[in-house]
Amino acid sequence: MTTDRPTTLLAELTHRCPLRCPYCSNPLDLIRAEAELTTEDWKRVFSQARALGVLQLGLSGGEPMVRKDLEELAAHARSLGLYTTLVTSGLGLTRQRAERLRAVGLEHIQISIQDVDTASAERIAGVSSVKQKRAAAAIVRELGFAFTVNVVLHRANLDRIGEIIDLAASLGADRLELANTQYYGWGLENRAALMPTRDQVTRAQAITQEAMTRYRGKMQILFVLPDYFEQYPKPCYGGWGKLYLVVAPDGKVLPCHGATQITTMTWPNARDHSLEWIWQESPGFDAFRGDAWMREPCRSCPRKTVDFGGCRCQAFALTGAAENTDPVCILSPDRGIIDAAVAEPGEVEYRYRILAGEPQRA
Amino acid sequence: MTLALDTVPRLWRLARLDYDPARQRPVLLYPEGAVLLNDTGLAILQLVDGSRSVAEIAAELGRRYGTDVTADVTDYLSRLAERELIQ
Repeated sequence: MTTDRPTTLLAELTHRCPLRCPYCSNPLDLIRAEAELTTEDWKRVFSQARALGVLQLGLSGGEPMVRKDLEELAAHARSLGLYTTLVTSGLGLTRQRAERLRAVGLEHIQISIQDVDTASAERIAGVSSVKQKRAAAAIVRELGFAFTVNVVLHRANLDRIGEIIDLAASLGADRLELANTQYYGWGLENRAALMPTRDQVTRAQAITQEAMTRYRGKMQILFVLPDYFEQYPKPCYGGWGKLYLVVAPDGKVLPCHGATQITTMTWPNARDHSLEWIWQESPGFDAFRGDAWMREPCRSCPRKTVDFGGCRCQAFALTGAAENTDPVCILSPDRGIIDAAVAEPGEVEYRYRILAGEPQRA
Repeated sequence: MTLALDTVPRLWRLARLDYDPARQRPVLLYPEGAVLLNDTGLAILQLVDGSRSVAEIAAELGRRYGTDVTADVTDYLSRLAERELIQ
């Protein structure tokens, strides 16, 4: 039981996506179209989320534009009063669909950009996509949506961060999220190919800092530091089961999008239970609330109220136990794992994301 | 940074006022964020309309509450401006 109410729901409407980015935040074991929740399921989930306290809704994926019922879902979200963000690659966001989304009251669209250099952008996405993205950005701007550009940063694009920022401004973005790659799932598979050098990160940070001042009042810039280059771990969405929940395409309800990686845990499904029950009563959501579950060095550490021992998914993926201190923490006995990964010589090839059974395209 | 009294504040284009039925509180919503408001905060933000200055908002609320609220209003709006929720 908890007295906290969630503020944010990330609805992963589908794992289908025309892009194949090697840092995709979807799990390695992607869910196929047949297993996706129906329109009515999603509408019920949004209503329950609103009643539970959710204010922010992310319509995400995969690529949410592949859902033909997206407009109906966005309309329902708006009728509930949710502040809704469509998280899209831009592919499939035609003028006609954008106009329909505007008409039903969708407020905010986030488009991902892979790089400012076309060849590099298309190598990262694994498909040709730059033209469609630029066209989608122009439509979003023209129709007056609140507009965010999101760029995942890594070794192949960090050196062009200044140009990337200027590109986002020229596309008319209200906000720019510069998010360094997080190494879960596909990102962890491709860690050696994505990991930047410390010099790259330091330089990118300085350039971003300067740009934040230059664009103040015109475009908000957010820079998410790569945790591998920090001394202390990032807090898990304000704490496990505190503010945030994710519904996967097949209805699994998770405290974060990476939680299925903790293979020792099982997750309740929105087809079988109400979100209220899942939030309040399910063992998974309760597993890492408070600090009774903590091991040393977290248990006696004053920082436990600041970062909650870091990320459970990262602790599990890298140390084999979700209760361990996130190995990013310099106080963790496992910090050597992080330092070794940062020092590793880089790989050249990506392993692109792929749905099981789908032929790997060259 | 403190807003000058003659500044005419506007809500950020991406933010909107709403009511949160679960917490029974007014709320300022914007991409990826929310500020839960108390009655005073709501009263101030309802007067942020892109035509009134900080001084005019304070004067209006001062009349309503029967006391000088200039410092509180300036402080509140300045803090939201610092977060770029007010421009």
